[in-house]
Amino acid sequence: MQKLDSKIPEGPLAEKWSRYKAGLRLVNPANKKKIDIIVVGTGLAGAGTASALGELGYNVKVFCFQDSPRRAHSVAAQGGINAAKNYKNDNDSVYRLFHDMVKGGDYRAREANVYRAAEVSNDVIDHFTALGVPFARDYGGSLDTRSFGGVQVSRTFYAKGQTGQQCLLGTYSSLNRQIAKGTVKMFPRRDMLDVVIIDGKARGIITRNLLTGELERHSAHAVVLATGGYGTVFYLSTLGLGSNASAAWSAYKKGALFANPSFIQIHPTSIPVLNDYQCKLTLMSESLRNDGRVWVPKEKGDKRHPGEIPEEERDYYLERRYPAFGNLVPRDVASRAAKERCDAGYGVGDTGLSVYLDFKDAIEKQGQKAIKDKYGNLFEMYEKITGINPYTQPMRIYPAGHYTMGGLWVDYNLMTTIPGLYAIGESNFSDHGANRLGASSLMQCCGDGYFILPNTIGHYLADDIRTGKIPADDPAFEEAEKTVADRIQRIIAVGGKETASSFHKRLGKIMWDHCGMRRDAEGLKKGMELLKQLEEEFWKNICIPGSEKDLNQELEKALKVADFFEVGMLMCEDALQREESCGAHFREEHQTETGEARRDDANFAYVGAWEYLGPKAKPKLYKEALRFEFVELKERSYK
Amino acid sequence: MDFTLKIWRQKNAQTKGSFKTYPLKDVSPEMSFLEMLDYLNKQIIEQGDEPVTFEHDCREGICGSCGLYINGRPHGPMRNTTTCELHMREFKDGETIVIEPWRSRAFPVIKDLVVDRSSFERIMHAGGFISANTGTAPESNSNPISKLIADKAFDAAACIGCGACVAACQNSSAMLYAAAKIAQYAMIPQGKVEAKERVDKMVKQMDAEGFGFCSNTYGCEFDCPKGISVDFIALMNREFFSSKVCKQKQA
Amino acid sequence: MALAGIFLMLFLIFHLATNLLMLARDDGEAFSEAVKFLTENPVVKIMEYFLFAGFLIHIILGLLLKLQNYMARPVKYHKSLQTETSTFSRFMFHTGVIILIFLIIHLINFFFVRLGWVPIPGEAGEVANKHDFYSMAQIWFKNPWYSAIYLVSFVFLGFHLKHAFQSAFQSLGLNHTKYTPVIKVIGTIYAIAISVGFAIIPVYFYFFH
Repeated sequence: MQKLDSKIPEGPLAEKWSRYKAGLRLVNPANKKKIDIIVVGTGLAGAGTASALGELGYNVKVFCFQDSPRRAHSVAAQGGINAAKNYKNDNDSVYRLFHDMVKGGDYRAREANVYRAAEVSNDVIDHFTALGVPFARDYGGSLDTRSFGGVQVSRTFYAKGQTGQQCLLGTYSSLNRQIAKGTVKMFPRRDMLDVVIIDGKARGIITRNLLTGELERHSAHAVVLATGGYGTVFYLSTLGLGSNASAAWSAYKKGALFANPSFIQIHPTSIPVLNDYQCKLTLMSESLRNDGRVWVPKEKGDKRHPGEIPEEERDYYLERRYPAFGNLVPRDVASRAAKERCDAGYGVGDTGLSVYLDFKDAIEKQGQKAIKDKYGNLFEMYEKITGINPYTQPMRIYPAGHYTMGGLWVDYNLMTTIPGLYAIGESNFSDHGANRLGASSLMQCCGDGYFILPNTIGHYLADDIRTGKIPADDPAFEEAEKTVADRIQRIIAVGGKETASSFHKRLGKIMWDHCGMRRDAEGLKKGMELLKQLEEEFWKNICIPGSEKDLNQELEKALKVADFFEVGMLMCEDALQREESCGAHFREEHQTETGEARRDDANFAYVGAWEYLGPKAKPKLYKEALRFEFVELKERSYK
Repeated sequence: MDFTLKIWRQKNAQTKGSFKTYPLKDVSPEMSFLEMLDYLNKQIIEQGDEPVTFEHDCREGICGSCGLYINGRPHGPMRNTTTCELHMREFKDGETIVIEPWRSRAFPVIKDLVVDRSSFERIMHAGGFISANTGTAPESNSNPISKLIADKAFDAAACIGCGACVAACQNSSAMLYAAAKIAQYAMIPQGKVEAKERVDKMVKQMDAEGFGFCSNTYGCEFDCPKGISVDFIALMNREFFSSKVCKQKQA
Repeated sequence: MALAGIFLMLFLIFHLATNLLMLARDDGEAFSEAVKFLTENPVVKIMEYFLFAGFLIHIILGLLLKLQNYMARPVKYHKSLQTETSTFSRFMFHTGVIILIFLIIHLINFFFVRLGWVPIPGEAGEVANKHDFYSMAQIWFKNPWYSAIYLVSFVFLGFHLKHAFQSAFQSLGLNHTKYTPVIKVIGTIYAIAISVGFAIIPVYFYFFH
């Protein structure tokens, strides 16, 4: 296991980070000006770290594919952001937040990393408040919090149902300040297509200017990837349509290890697929399960209007199966239970692929106004999309691909296995184990970006103060650019008949059916077979109109889809090797008699990190053993 | 449902564009407006032509990427709705739908329905921030803000930067966009420190970008997908005048 | 723009107040008295220059704004804006131009006479030897065409003011959740009062004098 040195410092949990930080080397202010850093992605992690690095005095170059950094998909996070402020005096603490996350992640995350994320969470809230983020406040003028799934305290800070947007805009403003100062240079409308390695170190990237199609070389002393998750591998997901795996994937192909690719969260409450042309599933916040009751008809294939189904003919299956937690079981459990009912033929709607989320009782008990106050904007959103009024008719919901716990393997410094290449936010694998708790993704992104990476990267860069500018005419750049150009030529030259979206949709279906909420060895193998076939078909029949020297959205899509075939393969590979059920990863072979997940701590308490060994070769698995010194491993039960 | 689509096609910024008419059959009323365009594009591509280029990303009304001028209204006929949230059930079967890009000197067309909104970015660079370095923040609750003000600041901050305000303004003015940010910060204590300087710089940049001037017709508020109020423009004006009147000369 | 507008709005109140003295049943004695005071008082004389400046600034700025705003959208929409806005606000420039034309006629009719640039009109087409606003008003407004032009112009003035009043407050940033609705109501009352008030004069002279 030489390859995986997690660099987790020794010492008591609560002091690991502060002690470690104190030992990190520094770059003095005069030298920082001589050092260039590339940041790819402008979500909460990317824009946050870029502005923090700019404030420190580094020369930062930031890239995003959107026309503005403000549109990164962090913007769509709804619920909130966790912090261990203990403002409610409900006995919350950094330790408790840490403990909830480790447990929620089904004991597949690193203790030290999770503790650190919890530790800096309070700084994140303070910083956002200073940046003018309009978090909800109570009448006394203090910040308000609400509770979220899987925990027993109220520690989620929020700004209506648009917390992600408000946090991102706050981060965007700090980025703008650095752009105005000249410490950060912004490159919008760029796709990162490759990472450039010189003498074993990440020294730059190759981007495609999406307006002109021009390939560009950008050099730097270190490269930070903040490129988000790969949930769009399912085609239909709650992610933005531009979200993709390509940047992280290019790093993987250049030697960075990819950890736990099969850990992908399926969110239980999304608006279901309504028609065949749908390309996006819209999330309905988890908070709805506080008052909504989930049910399906007791009769198979009951096509009656929900209002006509009497109470005794309804199956409130979550309350039936999990009496202790009822409708508030964690996301992975709720998602699987919905799938189980639909697969058994009890699903509702034209497709039979949805269940009811009913507010009838809540409205009867609390009155329509109370429900409107709590969820008004969500109800409106639902009605806008479906044309159905959820005050009078139950919502229809179904699980949808949402968040990837897996990602590039990083050490305690957030550095990948390629020296000088960092991964932060959702693009790394570090803090959520096998399942993420609500409102902790924003917390982790901002912690990584603002408070962790700016410290650890200096330690690495301290060696580079005498290096001087990295020349962009190095043969490594030439070669990387040529590889990218050849690939683009190759994909354009296919000249087939089928669109990238169509391939993506078929790919997504394979992944959803074979590597989705429930997996088994046979299905996974079948899925890999189908993926291989589809990939071959793709390279024979993809159709890309227009030129590569132009704004060409079809080319952009095709390049991303081409990577998703490979991502899908690795996901299946990883799911196959993990012969246990944990968190979002559920193997049919490993369940209890009552159909619950059965974890195998003796054999699988490790991070599975994969090394790319070439286009035809099977990737190599490395295992980073997870040591639990401070938390006792327990079975998660919600019965 | 069947539609006749009249769509602006323009190869790039240099060439002159024109309308092209596409008949589209079998559209499901459940489709969103952008899904309808995806459906059209699929057919165009399969016929061997170049698809209609338009911007989009989150498809749930929050990223602000999409923005089409549909039948004379930015984001189409529904209020408080972005283009991606608009569904075909809101149109009449057989209707002709005219789709144009945002039109403004400060938003030059890049291709088809895509415009360059970098002018919005530069307005933000000029001062759309609170100067607080990472790590300098005081404890969050050391600075209480009344709920009323906090909620108002949120209403202003809800802007998604789509540009509909400019598109809906008969003068293609960006006042609502700039005002939303200026007002958000001017209302809260953290932002007050540099409020005067901020309004000065942002307004200056806005004028330099070639946006029109406000004549208080309030079309921006009417067509803002997030329903941002023109009251914030008044607040910006107040801030602007007081910055002009009260600003001290720098030594 | 807003400041000049507010100044002009104040002027209109004075102007109307003076005009309404014509309605007194004293053959214009009170009115003439007021006019005499206004034409001879040095302060008013100075204010007159300010008034001209106010008009000029308002007109020039209006034209410049229109030009700038026209240029801010070099390529027009094929399908014109359907965004709902108040009709009054959309046509401020148009009503402004109509009022400008009226203003020129009005100046020729009354003000230039005082300056002696235009001969003083007399009864039955004769040239009178002494200029007197009251008798002039009598002469002009006996003419149905003049009265009609004035009345129509006042309608447009009302439209212009309807938007102008609250718009000025908005532009100056004088906005308040509590008071702005009140301001809007006052603006409407003001617009109606001014246009109706001025309209009474020609109607009075045409029908009742």
